[in-house]
Amino acid sequence: MGRYVIRRLLIAIPTLVAISFIMYAILALAPIDPLSQFGADPRVPPEVRERIREALGLNQPWPLRYVKWFTSMIQGDFGVSFMSHFSVSALIWQRLPNTLAVVGVAYLVGVLVALPAGVLSAVRRNSALDHFISSTAYIGFSVPTFFTGILLIIIFSIKLHWLSFLYDSNLKVIDVESLISQIKQSIMPIAVLGLFEAAVLTRYVRASMLENLPLDYVRTAHAKGLGERFVVLGHVLRNSLIPVITLIALGVPTIFGGAIVTEQIFHVPGIGELLVTSIGTGDTPVVAAVVMIFAILVVASNLIADVLYAVLDPRIRYA
Amino acid sequence: MTTAQAHLAGRAATADLGRKPRSLWRDAWHTFTRDRFAVGGLAVLVFLVVATLIGPYLWTQKISTIDFGHALEGPSLDHPFGRDDLGRDLLARVLDGGRVSIAVGITAVLLAITLGTVIGAIAGYFVKLDNPLMRVTDLFLSLPVLPLLLLLIYLFREPLQMALGAQLGTFLMIVGVIGGLSWMPVARLVRASFLALKQREFVEAARCVGAPDRRIIVRHILPNVLSPVLVAATIGVGAAVITESTLSFLGLGFPSDTPTWGRLLFDAVNYLDLAPHWAIFPGLCIFLIVLAVNFIGDGLRDALDPRRKI
Repeated sequence: MGRYVIRRLLIAIPTLVAISFIMYAILALAPIDPLSQFGADPRVPPEVRERIREALGLNQPWPLRYVKWFTSMIQGDFGVSFMSHFSVSALIWQRLPNTLAVVGVAYLVGVLVALPAGVLSAVRRNSALDHFISSTAYIGFSVPTFFTGILLIIIFSIKLHWLSFLYDSNLKVIDVESLISQIKQSIMPIAVLGLFEAAVLTRYVRASMLENLPLDYVRTAHAKGLGERFVVLGHVLRNSLIPVITLIALGVPTIFGGAIVTEQIFHVPGIGELLVTSIGTGDTPVVAAVVMIFAILVVASNLIADVLYAVLDPRIRYA
Repeated sequence: MTTAQAHLAGRAATADLGRKPRSLWRDAWHTFTRDRFAVGGLAVLVFLVVATLIGPYLWTQKISTIDFGHALEGPSLDHPFGRDDLGRDLLARVLDGGRVSIAVGITAVLLAITLGTVIGAIAGYFVKLDNPLMRVTDLFLSLPVLPLLLLLIYLFREPLQMALGAQLGTFLMIVGVIGGLSWMPVARLVRASFLALKQREFVEAARCVGAPDRRIIVRHILPNVLSPVLVAATIGVGAAVITESTLSFLGLGFPSDTPTWGRLLFDAVNYLDLAPHWAIFPGLCIFLIVLAVNFIGDGLRDALDPRRKI
């Protein structure tokens, strides 16, 4: 087991290096000049522009720039933003907690909704409750997150005036009142992501439960007189969760992708919003850093999914 | 044998001969039509495709007629979907943009399944190429798709638009990046099927009679892989429509004179308080097409999987 984990780790590292190289190559070979923002300003004379390029190191060949960028990146230094002149890592550290909070709570909500819904729907197969849960889940993962967000804004902010759709990042939680406003401004972004995740997971839980319910060990458990509740929760659910847990880990990149959209709709100042803004302003160092963070999240969740699967399912043995 | 028994046997024989032969596809279609949701999804999909294809000829309002006097007006009999901030008719814009949205979805999936099938078939059939091709597939699976899509579009949008015109350039670029980043599941699927099928007797038989690799791959193995690919392609159309809408919604898709459903939502977001209809109709269209395609995909999976036959 330990050797398997180490081998998976050793595959993950070159993958990340390859991704960083591909991304840097795309950025470096793209027909857009990172200095096009300065270039558009006719007041900047050509020799000054040349000096800026030199100062930023942009006149060196790009493989050399890649090696320099990569070596400083693994030391935690992502360079300096072209637009705000803050260090990129400071910008990211400032925003990452917002994203992680929204995504984390949304994921938790998703799992907490999906587990009971999926189990109930599988145990009471073809009942009215099952049809209700299954069709709601079906609708839930067919609605794109940006449309759910817009619908929630129309209903709760514009028609009912219950919630504000602008996220106030300066809000500090110091007392009960500010805690309530923090909850009120987070409800909609979390609901959008959480309900989507719940819909996806409910289907997985239901399908996995249905695969396990007719198996022999379930009949044995019933035959030795165990109660229905204990058989379902203690035996079937435990086994059904093995593939589901893997899928929960594999779904992490999707929910971060959803976070890019959600942050844009509700103006949550997270790294997704930072990415879209930086792409809009052509702020290459920030874009490169955020793409790398997303890449790390994807590779890490793939790794966790593989390792969890190996840990949870003793039938799977890796040489 | 009594005469009565002979008579019965004779009737059974004629009954058997009288029945039309049933092919695999007829069987699949029979199972498919018994799934109410799948048939409903097919009806909705056909309706949306036909509406966007011939709708602009029947609904003669222009997508670009500006009328400031009636800007942001809600739905009415003359304008069932209402108007936008320039007073343009939204039904005409939804119909016109839907064409592009659906075309992007279908073309991107065609590109993805072509790439995926070719790579998967080569990896599954030729042992030497298996490992390198699967490493590449794994690498693509580890890419952060949405950020990378945004990045590629930001970098290559302007040059392509300059070279090929705003609409064609954007279309090719979006189809290219979506298709180029979504072929991996199909490749894995096709490779797994090829690995299993190439050991079977019919492939050995084909090789014995001297069929070249190309023919074995295309004529003997590939037809057996088609049904899972078809299911993946159907569901992929929904995913591609969502991806295009997401890109347009983030302002990195089509320009505003190509009102795809995602672009309409992007334009509508700032007017949610005055004109919610502007966002609701294109959003409903996206939702309906994705739901329809998912139902069809599930129906196809049940219909094409021989193990699920009763």
